[in-house]
Amino acid sequence: MNFDGRDIVSIKDFSKAELERIMSVSDLMEPLSREGSDILKGKIMATLFFEPSTRTRISFESAMLRLGGNYIGFAEPKLTSVEKGENLVDTVRVVENYANLIILRHPLEGAARLASEYVNIPIINAGSGAEEHPTQALLDLYTIKREMGKIDRLTIALIGDLRYGRTVHSLAYALSLFDVKLYLISPDLLKMRKEVLEEINGKIEVFQETDLKKVLPKLDVIYMTRIQKERFPDLKDYELVKGSYRLSRDDLKFVKRKTIVMHPLPRVDEITFDVDDTHHARYFKQAFYGLLVRMSLLSLILGGIK
Amino acid sequence: MELHVKKIKNGTVIDHINQGYSLDVLSILNITGKEKHVVSVAMNVPSKDIGRKDIVKIEDWELKPRDVDKIALIAPHATINIIRNYNVVDKKKVNLPKILKGTIKCNNPSCISNSREPIESMFHVKDDISLSIRCHFCGRIMEKDDVLNQF
Repeated sequence: MNFDGRDIVSIKDFSKAELERIMSVSDLMEPLSREGSDILKGKIMATLFFEPSTRTRISFESAMLRLGGNYIGFAEPKLTSVEKGENLVDTVRVVENYANLIILRHPLEGAARLASEYVNIPIINAGSGAEEHPTQALLDLYTIKREMGKIDRLTIALIGDLRYGRTVHSLAYALSLFDVKLYLISPDLLKMRKEVLEEINGKIEVFQETDLKKVLPKLDVIYMTRIQKERFPDLKDYELVKGSYRLSRDDLKFVKRKTIVMHPLPRVDEITFDVDDTHHARYFKQAFYGLLVRMSLLSLILGGIK
Repeated sequence: MELHVKKIKNGTVIDHINQGYSLDVLSILNITGKEKHVVSVAMNVPSKDIGRKDIVKIEDWELKPRDVDKIALIAPHATINIIRNYNVVDKKKVNLPKILKGTIKCNNPSCISNSREPIESMFHVKDDISLSIRCHFCGRIMEKDDVLNQF
């Protein structure tokens, strides 16, 4: 199993054994996340964020610094030549001269695949429009594994915007490699995309529902998502579905004692604040696990760990 | 078999079009009927190979090679005959390649292939009979109706 120099464009590019390897290296990263290390000393990561991001970008930058490397890049295309009309291919072909790897977020789907075909350094997809967000799926898997002790034989629900939410696309692909029951809970307008369903149907049991309350008692993992207002072609449709699902402390009376609540963040109103201090909430812990997973990926891809 | 449409002297005959798709073939070829060519369309003609078929004959007009893939998208069994002076000078069966480049656009407006990048559209053909193609870049799956909507 070789990760050296590898692109991470889609979670579908991984086998189950590779996902497990990334998670076991993430375990090794926990002490380094506190003490720091120099296993990537002299390496430079370029973070090219053509679309706003807070936690993903900071998490990658922190991961690189904890491993002794450094980073360059931009968080705001308005300040760059992209604003002058430069295309993605030209941008990444220039940047590959200055860095050992590129972390790319872009508003268009397929952007990471295109970039990976034009440059010789590894590209990590940090979100490509509404398509995929593979490192988020990796940290979600890792959170489930750490907090539930396993992934197989769990009943998991992805709730909210399954059409435009890229994290749920990647997570559904990843979960289809495990032995799980997957509930997809959304308004009809925001149902899971056809291409994702085609890929996961037959590999795992999939149930599509609109009523969250009905399935709550069956769930081991509740994965809430934000309705992606910015990706709706018609804001009238957004008005129809905003606030479709809201999980409150009262709803948690109906769940199993060990059920966990996750969210890729940022949240709007899908999880009320009174859930935060229940023993079910894991969404802030997810952010910590995200750091470990990104340290693991950087180490594996840049040769810090063989 | 009874001849439904008379032989043509010069032009193109597209045979073995799936039943009901002859008008779509004309649409894909951008033939509106307002051009000078004589166009004959036969629909629901009995066929030994595919049950029922449509046939299109376009006089004094020859199909360009780049249009062959377009026809294959919606009429996977079609045969194309180029006729000169009542003789068939070229006969070929359409054949949809495994990878389709530049023929059609991805119908996902948020796909990078629809932006200002130096690339052609590219699709992987998953099913060439009922037609299901997957965009190489964004992964969007397009079916026959999605393709027809572009013409």
